[in-house]
Amino acid sequence: MAITSIKNLKEFSTNNERLEGAHLLCPGCAHSMIVRELLNCTDDNLVVATNTGCLEVSTAVYPYTSWDTSWIHIGFENAATAAAGAEAMYKARKRKGTLKDPDAPVKFVAFGGDGSTYDIGFQWLSGAVERGHDFTYICLDNENYANTGGQRSSATPTGAHTSTAQAGRVSYGKKQKKKDMVAIMAAHGAPYVAQLSPNKWKSMAKGFQKALETEGPCFINTVSACTTEWKFDPKDTIHVTDLATDSLMFPIYEIINGTELNILYRPKNIIPVEEYLAAQGRYRHLFKPENRHVIDMIQKEVNEKWEYLQRREEARV
Amino acid sequence: MKGVLATDKRGVRELGAEEMVGWDEVTQGVVLPSFDQPIGNAALLRPEERAYSDFNSYTATVASWRVIKPVYNRDICIDCQNCWVWCPDTSIISRDKQMLGIDYDHCKGCGVCVEVCPTNPKSLLMFAEAEAPEDALAKWPEKKKKEKKD
Ligand SMILES: Cc1ncc(C[n+]2csc(CCOP(=O)(O)OP(=O)(O)O)c2C)c(N)n1
Ligand code: SF4
Ligand code: SF4
Ligand code: SF4
Ligand SMILES: [Mg+2]
Repeated sequence: MAITSIKNLKEFSTNNERLEGAHLLCPGCAHSMIVRELLNCTDDNLVVATNTGCLEVSTAVYPYTSWDTSWIHIGFENAATAAAGAEAMYKARKRKGTLKDPDAPVKFVAFGGDGSTYDIGFQWLSGAVERGHDFTYICLDNENYANTGGQRSSATPTGAHTSTAQAGRVSYGKKQKKKDMVAIMAAHGAPYVAQLSPNKWKSMAKGFQKALETEGPCFINTVSACTTEWKFDPKDTIHVTDLATDSLMFPIYEIINGTELNILYRPKNIIPVEEYLAAQGRYRHLFKPENRHVIDMIQKEVNEKWEYLQRREEARV
Repeated sequence: MKGVLATDKRGVRELGAEEMVGWDEVTQGVVLPSFDQPIGNAALLRPEERAYSDFNSYTATVASWRVIKPVYNRDICIDCQNCWVWCPDTSIISRDKQMLGIDYDHCKGCGVCVEVCPTNPKSLLMFAEAEAPEDALAKWPEKKKKEKKD
């Protein structure tokens, strides 16, 4: 167990990086902020599985790798499967006494995008969690299939423009709701499930550490602001993420053993969702008068969700 | 599988004594190691203590992506490490709780570090790529009275 200190940022910064630069993610991409933080919050050996998506294609461009950990690339739907398989083999070899260094602490981590997590790898993730493998699954939720040009996924929120849910004369963008993946994973009875965000670095690092230390399958949805598809200036990644958490579009909370819900961040000043939407080009069309009702609908849903989370927290059920 | 040199023109390969095979010629089971010797757990070694292989993107550069670059002003910095935690490109060099500067081989010039720097004036500011660091430092703004929140 080699959890590193996250008492304050100065201590945290003494960790030795395990994701190298000169990967090819867009300037300002939040994916690598999140990955760096995961890799920096422990000194344990890591086996990392990453399926196809922006993170994978950008960190393993032949002949380069940006990973200083063991790293497996696998097909789009199988980040969870790869981590689960590696974990099962590790356990079996430990039992048989065929590991070179059986006492070295090892953690198994899978990174998937929302396209792979919410849609295409959904059943494989569900299977790995149900089987109870000891691994941590982190979804880099940028609310679209970014690597293939910004198609809608079931993580895309209502009203967002994507290349396959376009806003125009007859449509205001995606009409359906965002799937509640955190609730679905909690319903599996996973011991630790959370939604975390890189602007709140400390609660994110704490949550990552909890997940790594918890035996069994853990799931974390992370907010990954995508400068290219959300359409904002690369320098504003953290600013836009602040608007996401402070408007409660992305509430920060954890659910332990499927029931115990804890809110991890309560904004001092809750801002209207309008401010978050206005900061991104993908919502620009919502500010036309005929689309006002969509903003009102989004605000109503955010309010209801926040009310629900607070009641769940209170009720401890 | 040797002879690859760091280059910012990805896809263009520098040919050494032995030619590197193309991606479509790689056979099953080939390993591109991150390090020249097995180094164990990289978390226990500082970057300067690691034997990076030519396959590690650490040995490559994306400097040509930048049109603007962050310049660092040590005199104002309070070593809060905000820039370190949020840099997406592992380009803030911090050692022993101190910010030492920017890794210009890997910085893409996104400007996130400048936005999250809390000092007044900021200890990091964006300048044109061609600007000499001493000229940039000479132009550093004075302390602002009160920053208006937008
Ligand atoms: C089975 C399969 N379907 C489609 C693709 C093409 N594909 C590669 S990456 C990608 C999008 C990834 O989206 P997401 O998982 O959200 O990750 P992001 O790139 O947004 O980080 C798609 C559709 C594929 N590689 N495999
Ligand atoms: S498209 Fe979005 S997620 Fe993909 S690398 Fe660019 S900013 Fe990151
Ligand atoms: S400009 Fe971007 S890439 Fe460069 S050091 Fe700052 S945060 Fe890192
Ligand atoms: S954010 Fe600014 S003050 Fe903080 S360490 Fe970086 S340069 Fe120094
Ligand atoms: Mg995505």
